[in-house]
Amino acid sequence: METTTDEVKTQRPVQATATTPPRVTLATATWAVFRKDLRGELRTRYALNAVVLFAASTVVAISLGLGPLLPSRNADLKLIQAALFWIALLFAAFTGLARTFVQEEETRTAAALRLAAPPTAVYLGKLIFNLVLLLMLGLLTSILFIVLLRVDIENPGLFTAMVLAGSCGLVAATTLIAAIIAQANAKGALFAVLSFPILVPLLFVGIQGTALSLEGAAWSDGLAALQVLVGYTVTVFVVSLFLFKVVWEA
Amino acid sequence: MAHATLQLKLTNIALNYGARNVFSGVDLTLNPGEVLVVSGSNGSGKSSLLRVLCGLQRPSTGKVYYSVGEQIYTPDQATWLIGWVAPDLQLYRELTAIENLQFFAQVRGIKRSTAELESLLEELGLGGRGHDLLSAYSSGMTQRLRYAYALLHQPPVLLLDEPTVTLDERGAAVVEQVVMRQRERGMSIIATNDPRELRFGDYVLRLGVETHHA
Repeated sequence: METTTDEVKTQRPVQATATTPPRVTLATATWAVFRKDLRGELRTRYALNAVVLFAASTVVAISLGLGPLLPSRNADLKLIQAALFWIALLFAAFTGLARTFVQEEETRTAAALRLAAPPTAVYLGKLIFNLVLLLMLGLLTSILFIVLLRVDIENPGLFTAMVLAGSCGLVAATTLIAAIIAQANAKGALFAVLSFPILVPLLFVGIQGTALSLEGAAWSDGLAALQVLVGYTVTVFVVSLFLFKVVWEA
Repeated sequence: MAHATLQLKLTNIALNYGARNVFSGVDLTLNPGEVLVVSGSNGSGKSSLLRVLCGLQRPSTGKVYYSVGEQIYTPDQATWLIGWVAPDLQLYRELTAIENLQFFAQVRGIKRSTAELESLLEELGLGGRGHDLLSAYSSGMTQRLRYAYALLHQPPVLLLDEPTVTLDERGAAVVEQVVMRQRERGMSIIATNDPRELRFGDYVLRLGVETHHA
């Protein structure tokens, strides 16, 4: 391959350049990324429609297929209800949580974002956006479970804590994976394939803890599960923070 | 804030896509006030070279760095120095032009009032269209907005890939003004084969065409 350089003319003046980059406040940049994603989502409703429809159709299908689950027919009723709850939440999340990064690549806005925004702010902004989306989804799924499956939540405080902690862990893990798969071809399949092994411990503990809250266990009984969920979330979050820059700039 | 002289240096840059060598042996130094035009046939790597210079792509071999006084920055560390306009550059279609610019100003850590952003759009021929969604923009308007994105942080390095593509005559005149003004702020690198744009350059880097498949 040949390259040549021809000099055509020369002229110079010029202003000196600032030697250091402008100071970007991480909180401001993170908030800007979150607001941009939220504003775009409220206008297009790609992810919102997908997760709401998926959650609603899953719970309705369970409700039609099984009807109200009665304690007299099922010794492990609370465990089954908790498992169904997390399955509905997980699969709805799979349809929506990858959207925030996939859309940046599909609409080719990722380059503009890469050049302008600090990677950590991109990760945190999208993590918060996904968390808001998943908490809305958790609320909707809970209401549908209570109404359609007549689930009794004996310890609502513990149940809320389990859903919150589980959602944080789910979002921390899937946001990084979404960034990884956004540049691949078979995005949907890859997202589930990569996420599932990482989410198995979270799901296992989440289901056990949620079952305890449905049974009306005391906070002290559910504390161990809650601690595991929080520990999982913190670990995955910290690892993701370190890895994200590499993934984003790859 | 301290200020110093900027310099761009490329040393023996080569780019391969798999076994295919796109270009190799690119050496150059660019100083403030200078304009480099990169020309070459389709597939010669003009756009890829610009992507290397702004850190969106890594060269297969060689080194690229920006020096500001004593400080040395690789392209991915120097994004605050660079404004990039290219057909590949897409902004958020579900946002308005002003919302796009406000967002990019915030994440870059710079303060721009709505009036300043409207003034920038006015200069680029988008006056009065700042509150329209980008989905309602024509291709020429989108190209003008790419300049607003690139000039928002007043970068000392401007990378322009096919700078007047989809622009009308007035748009092309605006680009010429942008390049002229950039001489006072720093340097420009323009990837083009358009004869009108070739004359913008102090130097022309001609990338060779592919001659061999390994």
